[in-house]
Amino acid sequence: MTTGYKAASVQFQGVTKAFGSVVAVRDISFTIEAGSLVTLLGPSGCGKTTTLRLIAGLEMPTSGRILIGDRDVTKLPATDRDVSMVFQSYALFPHMTVLENVAYGLRVSGMAKPEAHAKAEDELALVRLEGFGERLPSELSGGQQQRVAVARALILEPQVLLFDEPLSNLDAKLRRRMREEIHDLQRKLGLTSVYVTHDQEEALAVSDRIIVMNNAVVAQEGSPHELYESPVNVFVADFIGDANLVKAEIKSVNGEIAVVRIGSIERRLPHRGLSPGEVDVAIRPVSIILSNDTSVEGMEGSVLKSTYLGNHIEYTVDSPLGELFVIDYRVDAPLPRGATVSIDLAERGITLVVDES
Amino acid sequence: MNKTVALWLAVGWAGYAVLPWYAIDDGFFGFAWFDGFPTNIDSAPAILQVMDHGRAWLLPIGLALVAPLAVLWRGGAKPWAATVLMTAGGLGLAYIVAQGFAIGLGGWEFGFIESAFGELGDRQFGMGYGALLVIGAFLFFLTQGLAKRGVINGDAFVVGSIGLVIALIAAFIVFPVASILISAFQDNDENFAPALFFIKLFSRDIWGTDCLTSTLTCGIAWNSLLMATLVGASTTVLGLAFALIATRTGFRAKKILRVLTVLPIVTPPFVIGLAVILLFGRAGSVNTFLEWAFAIEPTRWIYGLPGIWLAQMLAFTPIAFLVLIGVVEGISPSMEEAALTLRADNWRTFTTVSLPLMRPGLANAFLLGFIESLADFGNPLVLGGEFDVLSTSIFFAIVGAQVDQGRAAVLAFVLLAFTLSAFYAQRRWLGRKSYATITGKGDAGLHVRLPKRLTRTIYATALPWAALTAVIYCMIMFGGFVETWGFDHSFTLRHYTEAFSITTGLHGLVWSGAAWNSFWTTLEIAAISAPLTAGIGLLAAYILVRQRFVGKDAFEFGTMLSFAIPGTVIGIGYILAFNVPPIEITGTGIILVVCFVFRNMPVGVRAGIAAMSQIDKSLDEASLTLGATSFATLRKVVMPLLRPAIVAALVFGFVRAMTAISAVIFLVSANYDMATSYILGRVENADYGLAIAYSSVLILVMLAAIILIQGAVGTRRLSRRDTQQFGLEGGAA
Repeated sequence: MTTGYKAASVQFQGVTKAFGSVVAVRDISFTIEAGSLVTLLGPSGCGKTTTLRLIAGLEMPTSGRILIGDRDVTKLPATDRDVSMVFQSYALFPHMTVLENVAYGLRVSGMAKPEAHAKAEDELALVRLEGFGERLPSELSGGQQQRVAVARALILEPQVLLFDEPLSNLDAKLRRRMREEIHDLQRKLGLTSVYVTHDQEEALAVSDRIIVMNNAVVAQEGSPHELYESPVNVFVADFIGDANLVKAEIKSVNGEIAVVRIGSIERRLPHRGLSPGEVDVAIRPVSIILSNDTSVEGMEGSVLKSTYLGNHIEYTVDSPLGELFVIDYRVDAPLPRGATVSIDLAERGITLVVDES
Repeated sequence: MNKTVALWLAVGWAGYAVLPWYAIDDGFFGFAWFDGFPTNIDSAPAILQVMDHGRAWLLPIGLALVAPLAVLWRGGAKPWAATVLMTAGGLGLAYIVAQGFAIGLGGWEFGFIESAFGELGDRQFGMGYGALLVIGAFLFFLTQGLAKRGVINGDAFVVGSIGLVIALIAAFIVFPVASILISAFQDNDENFAPALFFIKLFSRDIWGTDCLTSTLTCGIAWNSLLMATLVGASTTVLGLAFALIATRTGFRAKKILRVLTVLPIVTPPFVIGLAVILLFGRAGSVNTFLEWAFAIEPTRWIYGLPGIWLAQMLAFTPIAFLVLIGVVEGISPSMEEAALTLRADNWRTFTTVSLPLMRPGLANAFLLGFIESLADFGNPLVLGGEFDVLSTSIFFAIVGAQVDQGRAAVLAFVLLAFTLSAFYAQRRWLGRKSYATITGKGDAGLHVRLPKRLTRTIYATALPWAALTAVIYCMIMFGGFVETWGFDHSFTLRHYTEAFSITTGLHGLVWSGAAWNSFWTTLEIAAISAPLTAGIGLLAAYILVRQRFVGKDAFEFGTMLSFAIPGTVIGIGYILAFNVPPIEITGTGIILVVCFVFRNMPVGVRAGIAAMSQIDKSLDEASLTLGATSFATLRKVVMPLLRPAIVAALVFGFVRAMTAISAVIFLVSANYDMATSYILGRVENADYGLAIAYSSVLILVMLAAIILIQGAVGTRRLSRRDTQQFGLEGGAA
């Protein structure tokens, strides 16, 4: 990963944004390294879009400080910030051609038309849209419009590039391709990018780091791997990659490792600062192994529901631990509804939950 | 260095030290004031008024203009800069207003100041261009300071725009209305007399109920209310019938119905009343025919309630139609289809689903008709006879046999109370309550066919009415070519030549026709006020749709307020407010322009709000994040997308300036006579031929202007398939 020469870090220091009595963002602090792609992830209404708009300068914080690079931009309006944004709706100006759209940022900052248009052509080439300059946005497909929006944001070589759910209006296949393209472009140009999405798979795929938000606060911040493997709380565990939450007991702690009893099964897990006693455990759906051979060691359960999805089967299983959600990739031998099964747990994909909230 | 502050500082100093401070009597642009400038006391700038003419009270204004120099000189980014700008602007503005009201034509205006400071021994006239520039400078210092404080994201352009609109509304809507209220509490010698106010307010000729018990007439307030209720109800019913025909039947001539909606906009308000006289008056066609065929003695039954009712229905039904067609179209077909699948038949679907969904729209149409009828001046004036209503009584209290300004103010007060209540009710109950169900999702359903008996009923109501409307407009077009209507029906061009003849004189062409003078004045005033109307209206709409700020509701009410103020009331208010310093503009063309701009602004606001709500806010934000200022965004992104709304606002601004009569009749002067008041003068002399001829010329000119404006502003191009049609749907009334 290279770092673009203008790319700058973004820093939030105790930022709060309230709309009247509604607090959209409550006292959040984080730092985004220059040149990295960070995702703001969370359910709708969690404050992630407000956070993005605070970076853009489209909202002013109620309290706290925002820094871009070393500069305090807390009171600086959007016009004067060196930040560009790709909007969810793309927000392409419908009355301008594609070329005029891309050149807009240069034109309003005073560049002469021929020069601005020449640069816009280059930018269009970067997003593989050579020759589309004279069209109107309404004459492009969704994916093409998306790329125009990216080109328009890139042309100013901003210190920070913002994406507000840029792929949510595309169909699933195109979404996967566009997300790769955005990722490649970001790496190639070394841009500091902040990306808002509610799609955890998209977040895992593109991010260097992820900031998970919930109820106006940061729930957890970390690399995709950290978030998936050691979520701090139930919310994060469940939001990133689904999780079954079950009661368990820590038998003993020995160095880094705790011996945990989950139903009738014992597993050795990182203790994460917890001491022996009752504890919550998050188990990934793929980490629960079902077998119709009831003679093997494990708990006994019965299949309540089974849904065939092509490359995997989703089961709902009644067990001593409660109802479990299970994903099984062995599609050639499906278990029928009502079947009695034995339940085993894999070695990976099981985490002690530190925080109850 | 702050360029904006520098600019306004330069403007302020130009106003204070260069331009004449006071209004120039024979007009600023006559430039006769060059003679003797700058030392002459009438044309001297403020700085010389202080130094040469001892008008020391203008000195503090200069001091307030010095303070912002500090900001310019020592870098504007510091926190104290905001304070300095706000203080200088705010205090300067307050002081100018205070001194303007305190010192008038007779020295001190208030007794308590005179007793405190002693006699002034000097006086001052209305403010001129110098004062105007200084006021502008102070206003924008104030808003710059507020913006620097971080108000509205620190956007100086938006804060400035809000400040400008508020200042204009305060000066040209709130101030005149307040003047009426003050005047209502004074006797005719300007003494405070609350007892007299109550005597006048509750007098029998306003509230009397004699018509219930005897043959005497009722109070004019009851007359007005009765009239407004009748007109509101009947225009709503007719409007609904037309709306249903246009949207829910296979009626072939729907296009013609659309034309019907444009007609009242281009028709001077009393012209319909005139045509009604030609048709139903004592010597009108109907009576003549009845006398000839059945020997029925002609009567004057049309003068009074029946005539006004008929004329106002003809004039305002299209407005109800405009409102209701949107409502009827807005009902989602899937609602009706849902009712059908639940086993309701056509009739039950209509009565239990469609009609209830239209209820807010129906109430809205009723209230609009109600307000329009109360405010209407031309038709009652032409057709009223013995039947007095508030709007005309106000006029006669000013120009009648016994001039009674206090009575006019009290009547204006009552009328204003009625229209404001109706306006408030409309906004309170209906403003936010809309069952219009257009969601943006494609609705593939089809509207349910109307029940048969309903279809028959609405055809039976609407079609004869449409025929009557057509006849009326034919009368307007052809009445001008007849010698004397009702007596001598021989073809003549006499009326046209009398009004619009051009002869060749000694120095080329001479516009010798009687109408040319008022015709050119009207065109000039309308052409000046139309772009101003559109500009201020759309600016206010932009602020309302795109910005969040404290007091936005009050701001919106202020911008829409003048819609609910009847023209006669505004006329009275303008006379009371602007006949004396500090703003002394009666008898000029400016007062006409100002009056039109602020009376018609709500139309621009509404057209702008409707259009701007459809433009995604992310377009603005995209432009801002790309480094454009909000002014550049407005110019390059919002404006091009608003073309249809701009056209609508320009057309309305122009056309309504040409057709207005109620406020105008108080404000015209010998130099600035308007077409409508000229025509009304002819009507009062029973010179119907010329009046009709002139009116039909006006209608044609306005139609031409509409086409011209549309051509000049053009349409927006959003896709090559897009054939954006210019529609007058943008706003009724």
